[in-house]
Amino acid sequence: MGIVEGLFVLLFLLVGIFFNSLGVVSLYRFPDVYTRMHGATKCSTFGSLFTGLAVIVYTLFRYLSAGESRFLVLAIHTFVAMAVLLVTNATGAHAIARAAHRSRIDPKFAVVDRLAEKEGRRRRAA
Amino acid sequence: MFIFFASFLMYLLLVWSGGTIAPVEFAVAFLLATILALAARTWVPSYRFSFLKILNPLRWISFLYYVFVPFGIALFKANIDVAIRVITGNIRPGIVKLTPDLKSDLSRMILADSITLTPGTLTVDVDDEGAFYVHWIYVRDENPSEEEIYGSFASWARRLAD
Amino acid sequence: MSITLFSWTVGIYAVLIVLVFGRLISGPTIPDRAVALDTMNSLVVAIMIVLAAVYDSVVMEDIAIVYAGLSFVSTMFIARYIEGGM
Repeated sequence: MGIVEGLFVLLFLLVGIFFNSLGVVSLYRFPDVYTRMHGATKCSTFGSLFTGLAVIVYTLFRYLSAGESRFLVLAIHTFVAMAVLLVTNATGAHAIARAAHRSRIDPKFAVVDRLAEKEGRRRRAA
Repeated sequence: MFIFFASFLMYLLLVWSGGTIAPVEFAVAFLLATILALAARTWVPSYRFSFLKILNPLRWISFLYYVFVPFGIALFKANIDVAIRVITGNIRPGIVKLTPDLKSDLSRMILADSITLTPGTLTVDVDDEGAFYVHWIYVRDENPSEEEIYGSFASWARRLAD
Repeated sequence: MSITLFSWTVGIYAVLIVLVFGRLISGPTIPDRAVALDTMNSLVVAIMIVLAAVYDSVVMEDIAIVYAGLSFVSTMFIARYIEGGM
């Protein structure tokens, strides 16, 4: 029991650490705010999800071996926290992207920008 | 009504600590859920859920299936893709327009969040007509088809919440 | 054994948060800083989840949930501010 649990926890934690680190690296590596957002949002959400998954595996193994419902409660709360994180991170990134574009921060090296085209037409018409 | 039941059950789920729940917790849950439902109705009066639609268990099962199978696979692919791009620095960004034609706000939210968490795409803006402006990290086509960006997610969002 | 792994994870995430501070301070535009703050928040939530397992306390998990919600609200306000709606 101990070995299996440890292996699963180690695997999930390593994946989580790997993706969270990539999210931080992408903050420095990409040229502008939109591409940074790709790295930071996706990788840190995914990394935190896997960290939560490690905690869930640990608590469920504890629940199965010890039978204390305290661990089940911990697992349920971790699951809720993960769901909240999944929804809020994606929506928050969307809000920042929209705000950045509305405050005229252009995507660097962009080959096409349909949103600016649409707003340009609207500005000329008004 | 949906908000009332959702917050009621959520409160009970969060206060449950292994044993039985004290009766006073039910009263508190009822009070808080009532306040929340009334507040939501005041803030967003146009926000209506069809009660029958929401209670349909088939919808919940298909939602869970969606979250764990197509969305989970896409999330996994997205992260491998972004990981490779972070390491190699191979990008060709741009903002493209898509018109998936969704009516309700909830389905648009599901699709926008799904786009944000899937390979190389990030929703920047959604206008009133339901056109999505998507930042794409590697533009292969300046006028992309819907399949290229998000596969079958639009039909899923329509089935789940439209 | 798992507790040791969790403790090391917390340490690594703390280092990552310190690294994010560089972008938070030097970001050329405000949205850059907002993205850095968002990343920090999700790392903090991850740390809280792991510490809840280490210290075996459900309350910490509740705080993680509330923290995630509040960080979402603060991100929304920052976005609103960048747009110029406030």
